Formats: sequence, structure tokens, C-alpha cells
Amino acid sequence: MIELSNITKSFNSGKPNQFTAVDNVTLAVKPGEITVFKGPSGSGKTSLLTVIGCMARPTSGRIFLRGVAAAVPFQHGGLEEVEITSLPERFLNEIRRSTFGFIFQQFNLVKGITVLENVMLPAYPTGEGRGEFRARALNLLEQFSIARLAGQRVDLLSGGELQRVAIARSLINNPSIIIADEPTAHLDSKLSRDFMAIVGRLKGEGKSVLIASHDPIVFDSPFVDTLVEMRDGAVVASRSCR
Amino acid sequence: MKRAVERHLNILEFTLASLLRRRAKNLSLLAMYLLVIFMLASLLFFVSALKREAAIILNDAPDMIVQRLMAGRQDLIPAGYAAEIAAIRGVTAVRPRLWGYYYDALNGANYTIIAGDAPTSAPGRATVGAGVAKARNLAVGDLLPLTSYDRAPVMLEIGTIFPSGSDLVAADLIVVSSADFHQLFNFPGGQATDLAVTVRNPRELPTVAAKIASQFPDSRPILKSEIQRTYQSIFDWRGGMTLIVLVSSLLSFIIFSWDKATGLSAEERKEIGILKSIGWETSDVLLLKFWEGIAVSLTAFLLGTVLAYGHVFFLSAPLFAQALKGWSVIYPRFQLVPVVDAYQLALLFFLTVVPYTTATVIPCWRAATIDPDAAMRY
Repeated sequence: MIELSNITKSFNSGKPNQFTAVDNVTLAVKPGEITVFKGPSGSGKTSLLTVIGCMARPTSGRIFLRGVAAAVPFQHGGLEEVEITSLPERFLNEIRRSTFGFIFQQFNLVKGITVLENVMLPAYPTGEGRGEFRARALNLLEQFSIARLAGQRVDLLSGGELQRVAIARSLINNPSIIIADEPTAHLDSKLSRDFMAIVGRLKGEGKSVLIASHDPIVFDSPFVDTLVEMRDGAVVASRSCR
Repeated sequence: MKRAVERHLNILEFTLASLLRRRAKNLSLLAMYLLVIFMLASLLFFVSALKREAAIILNDAPDMIVQRLMAGRQDLIPAGYAAEIAAIRGVTAVRPRLWGYYYDALNGANYTIIAGDAPTSAPGRATVGAGVAKARNLAVGDLLPLTSYDRAPVMLEIGTIFPSGSDLVAADLIVVSSADFHQLFNFPGGQATDLAVTVRNPRELPTVAAKIASQFPDSRPILKSEIQRTYQSIFDWRGGMTLIVLVSSLLSFIIFSWDKATGLSAEERKEIGILKSIGWETSDVLLLKFWEGIAVSLTAFLLGTVLAYGHVFFLSAPLFAQALKGWSVIYPRFQLVPVVDAYQLALLFFLTVVPYTTATVIPCWRAATIDPDAAMRY
């Protein structure tokens, strides 16, 4: 369970151009479900996901991870709960690395290196043996039917293949939560539906998936459990799709 | 501990894969870097080896040489001084030496001519260095025609040719008998070029020198240590001159590498953002850049040093020989004894590897400290 309590994220605080991207959001995201954040551009979806994913700190408010095995040496409020907003930077990094997997709108793969290397990239600094995470990466490529591309440079891949590499990369450290920001923005309808099928499979494996999207193929998908509608940084509606 | 090592190994592996992406750019940088290190290391090795060689040769030199000065210039010294100097307490032996230079108009070379002792140098015979033999195309038994002071021919039969192993001292040498020496140069009898003095106790050398100077006010005693110091200075000076020539290439390389290492392209910035967003810490990114700098500079340093070693000690430094060995027509051919000055090598390391690696890491510092969420907004 991810619990958000009065989360606000402002940019350029105290300056004339101050801008509030997320405005006092209180929300509970259930584990093992697919939660879609829907809303127009500038509604605060991406900012909210970066705060949840420990990529940025909220300006105010608190975030609790419950029932998530987060890698921190000490935990607040009992063993099952971690209050992540007050943790020092290096613990946030550790949580981000071990708990969250990210899929970006532009895929954000590193050009010039192979598919396999891209997938292994988040595991390099963990100190895990190369053989172990390499085997895991090959297994993931197999799962997403792109094992034949393992030795190919990512520059030569199609949009759908890039998407699958990005998904495989997000799973390399075996995270319990996947965060995807506008994952279908560069895909056609068929590939978008394929993506949702993969996400459905991940849910079946017990992973929580948080998606920011304004694509109907995503938020109308039968795999979605909860739909959160956002506008001007605030949650205007949150409903279960079940 | 194991995890820390694995982390380094993993990041190093990614560094190498990352460097191979811009193969042409990085290889050209490596080649330039290698060339600079190669030139500098060759110079260091060569000057060190020459200095050592000179020191070894001078070990056999007499403890002291006594010259006579006339109007501030060296003049011939009366051989009669030898007996009086030999009588000074502490002096073991005094040997009058006859030597001079002979200009060979045939090939523009200058030979050093020495009058040898009687058993080895019979009148009409000569022993020559390998350089002279080559310049005049001589073999043992051939006749070497020289011209005396009055243009009269002096024919000398080649008795022996010095082995090329002694080239450093003997390349341009002709050893003749005393009689032939006198005939060649119309050298006055009872005179010598200088006197070689041997002293039993080296600590007494300054005292003996002072006594000689006091007894013979027109003499100039020169100690072996003074000659050694002069040689060291000459090689340092020549090394310095060559270094100055190299400095321009070194400077252009520094400017080039600084520009390359410090200029962070938009693509590199984006990559750093991606790495941060997928869980790399600032320290991981800096470690990546550190290994990148080390990979290029250490490879260049090690390869450059090894190549320089081969260049100097196996090929006798063809690139520097003309500038550093001398300015004669006859250049000695000799194999330098390998000698590596660890201090100078460490200095070269710190002046090349450390600045380059620092220049690679520092500019990434700012890019690596960006918030990882920046990657979400590309």
C-alpha cells in the first residue's frame, strides 16, 4: 500500500514564477493493482509519480510505503511501514533502486549500447554479481520475446521493441512497484494494447503498477483496477474499475 | 566488500562498453595521448640513461686533471710539472697526456687523437674507433692516411678497431704512438696537453688540488666530481631544450583534452539523467566518469611508457639521438643500459593521468547532482 498524505509539489518556491504541480493530494494506492492517473497535460500526473517514485521530494506532505520491502536500515512506524519523504538522499536512492521500476515516455534507453546492456543498466551499481543479473536480463528478454535482439544496439529498434526493452529494464532489480509515465504516447493502437496486456501480466505476478496516461486504450483497459482523475494538480475523482 | 568490488567491476565494464560507442573519437584521443606520453617518457628514459652512462664512464677517469692556463686559455703544460706534483704527499701517480683533435676534410668529421702508451701503440700503427673505421671504410691492416700540420701525409696502419660496445667513448677515437702524435701536430717535446693525477684518498683531493694551484700558479686542477657535474648539467640542458620543443605539442594536447574532457555534450547530460532516474546515485555516475578518465589516461600512460622503453633501450632512441647525443658528424652507436627513474616516472604519471581523470570527473559533478526526475521530462 502506498499512502499519500497532503502531498504538494511546487517548483520555484518563493519566486515570482512559483508553480504548484501537485496540490494537496491525499490518496491510497492498493498493492498488486493497476492504478491509472488520468488527466490532461499539466494536470500533475508526472510530478505526482516522480514524488511517489522517490525521484523528487514533495514540498510538503508525507508518503508511507506499507507492506513493501524497502531497503532501509531503519523504518518508521513499525517494520511494515516506511515513511519515505523524510529519508536521507542515499536511502531514497536505495528504495528507488530496489522498490520501483520506471518506464518513461521517451523510453530513455542509452543509445550506442546493446539491448542486453540497457536492460542490465539499473543493476550495475547494486554490487550484485554480473552473472546473476545477466541471467535475469536474458530471462526478461525471453519473456518479452525480444531475446533475439539482446546483442543489438537499441538505436536500430522499432517503437514496440524499444517499449519492451524499457519494460524489461524496469524489472531487472525485481521491483514490487512499476511506474510508467505516458507509456503509450509513442505507440500505435496495437502496440498500446500489447503494452496493457504485459502490464496485466505483471499485475498477475503480484506487482503494483502506476500509470500516468491520457490514452483511452490505457485507462479503458479491462486490466485497470483504479482510475484517479487529476486536474490542475489536484485529484478530482478516484474510482474503482472493478 | 565483495559487493563493493562487484560494483566497481560492473561500472568499469559499462565504462568500457560506453567508451567503445564513440570509438573513432576515443581512439584518436588515446593515440594523441599515447604520443605525448611516449615522447616525454622517451626523453626521461634517454636523459637518465645517458647520465648514468656518463657517470659509469667517468668512474674510470683520473681523479684529477691538471691543465696549464695562459691568458685565461688552456695551454700546453710542461711535462716537468709531473715529477713535482708526484712528490706531493698523497699523490699516487701523475701521467702526462697527449691528445688533440683532427679535422678530417674528407667527411667533415672531427676525430679525437690520443697518444697511447708504447706497448699498444707502435709508431706507424693506430687503433681506431668503430665510427672512424666506418667513416673512412677501414678494416684491420688498412692504411689510414692523415695529413700532418705541414700538409705532409702520415700513413698509419690500422692495428685494432675498438669494438662497437665502446662506441660511446671510442667512436671518434684514434690512438697513435707518441712519435706519430708529435709528427702530426708538430707538438713540442717536453710538453703535454694535460696531466692525469691519481690520488690515494679521494677525501684529500681538494687539499692536493689546492697545493698544486699554490705550487703552480699557472695551473688549473679539475676534479673528477667537477667533470661529472658538468656532464650532468649538459645532459639536463639538452634534455631541457628537447622538452621545450615538446612543450608546444604537450600544450596543444592539454588544451584538446581539456576541451574534450570538460565539454559535456547534451547527449552525455541526458545519459547522466537517465542513469540517475533508473537508480544510479551521484557517486555511481562519478565513479563511471572516473573509470572513463582512468581507462583512457592509464592505457595511454602504460602503453606510452612501454613503447618509450623499447624506443630508447632497444632501438637506441632514433627520434632523439641527434638532439641529445651530440653534434658531431660521427654519432656513436651504442645500446643504452636500461635505467628507469621511478621518481620521474611517478612525476609523469601525476602530470598526465591525474589531471586528465580530474578533468573528466569534475564537469560531471553538476550534471550528476541533478534531480533524477529531470529524466522524466526529456
